Amino acid sequence: MSSEKPHRTFSLPVLGDVSRRTAMKAVGATIGVAAFGRAILPLAELKDRVTLQEFLQKHYKELTPQEKATIFERLESETKAQYGAAVSIRDPPPIPGVRFGYAINLSVCNGNGRCAEACHRENNHDRATSQSYIRIFEMPRGTMDLEKGRSTYDHVVPAPDSFYLPVQCFQCENPPCVSVCPVEATWQEPDGIVVVDYNWCIGCRYCQAACPYHARRFNWQQPEVPADEINPDQGYLSNRIRPQGAMEKCHFCLHRTREGRLPACLEACPTGARIFGNLLDPESEIRWVLANKRVFVLKEELGTRPTLFYFFD
Amino acid sequence: MPRRLNTSGCLLLIAVSAAPGVIGGCSEQRPGAGDRAVAASHQGDETGRFPVHLNLPVGPPRVETGQRDHLDRPVTVSCVACHSLQAPDRVARSGDDLQQFHQDLQFVHGNLACLSCHNPLNYSALRLADGTEVEYASVMTLCGQCHPRQSNDYVHGAHGGMTGYWDLTRGPRSRRICIDCHDPHAPAFPHMIPTFKSRDRFLSPQSPH
Repeated sequence: MSSEKPHRTFSLPVLGDVSRRTAMKAVGATIGVAAFGRAILPLAELKDRVTLQEFLQKHYKELTPQEKATIFERLESETKAQYGAAVSIRDPPPIPGVRFGYAINLSVCNGNGRCAEACHRENNHDRATSQSYIRIFEMPRGTMDLEKGRSTYDHVVPAPDSFYLPVQCFQCENPPCVSVCPVEATWQEPDGIVVVDYNWCIGCRYCQAACPYHARRFNWQQPEVPADEINPDQGYLSNRIRPQGAMEKCHFCLHRTREGRLPACLEACPTGARIFGNLLDPESEIRWVLANKRVFVLKEELGTRPTLFYFFD
Repeated sequence: MPRRLNTSGCLLLIAVSAAPGVIGGCSEQRPGAGDRAVAASHQGDETGRFPVHLNLPVGPPRVETGQRDHLDRPVTVSCVACHSLQAPDRVARSGDDLQQFHQDLQFVHGNLACLSCHNPLNYSALRLADGTEVEYASVMTLCGQCHPRQSNDYVHGAHGGMTGYWDLTRGPRSRRICIDCHDPHAPAFPHMIPTFKSRDRFLSPQSPH
């Protein structure tokens, strides 16, 4: 009796001498690799818009001066490539012993909008949408109810029985926009300015929802600015051209004010309604206003403690 | 009126002091005659503070005659060219009261007469309410005698605006003076047309519906 080799039947004849279990493992692994590849596909699509250095860039507060210099160089060359404008990006630090304060005299503000225009130009805002950090409400006399204000007025100013309320970021001492940020892309600097690291921001817009003054702006698109209109005097945390999907806000022109200069909106105001200075200097103009005028802040009851004050005189 | 005296004294100090005097945290300096862009690039003085340049007039204004010379430049004459020969008109309150010259002058400034501010003894200068002569360069002293609140605000940097540096240890500052924004003959701030409106995407729909 000869021993006959048992006849084997394969569950998957194509594969030959492979057990069903192994075959299923191979199929599973193949699907897994494909799914992973599909899942990371957006990274490959990012390649055109986000460089590897940008993708791996650390949080602003963790950057060394050398890393900052490299990043600023990269951003300058990107601006050159995308906009055709030679710009210089700096990062002036807060001045020790300085906490900025701002005051607006609503008795003389006439709503002419030169401040918003100066902001638009200084901060390289998108031209098509006429973006600006300043929004001016035309308010009927006798109320502070913002619901009654209109920011879309278009006529000779001042209109009768109206006053004008320019609203921008108040650089609150207790900023609700900062505490809601899930990635700490926005924070308050020692001089009181609430800044945004535009490269760290993920664009979730929580801060925009948290701000009771609607002071934050979102870049739905990459800003478009003609090369000859780009302000080349730029700061990393202030007026450099923001990427699409990043949140932005008024920063008291920190690239100017941290070098001792006045904000662009103040210089542009033809009525002299704006007063700016160091809250910690008892001799400053802003301190004189706080001591001698009846100042108030917007929505005081919310406890945000703004450092931009209003007054009538 | 201690407030007025204080203001006038401050402005006088500004006018006579070559070095900046510190008044209420506001350091001011008079520009040299004919030099309106004073010390823009100079280092600060011994206190380490840069000057505040006020856009002061360098002399009395000149009146256009409406004629042009052979180089097509407007011909202007000084005030005294006519007024040294004219008897002062002490009752005139506006251009409408005059038979010749200045008839197109719009005058909407309280209940003042021409000679409330213009000096009948010297038309190259102005005069205060008490008769004291003041130069055109010190016109803010004249304004301040009736507008002490605005004058006080101005001295403390809270009226009229400025350009340059908030921190005078780092750079200079320029300021407008009263008559840059307020026509002394019709001082109400003019109405303006907004030249720029930010288009708020939430408030101004792109297409009417």
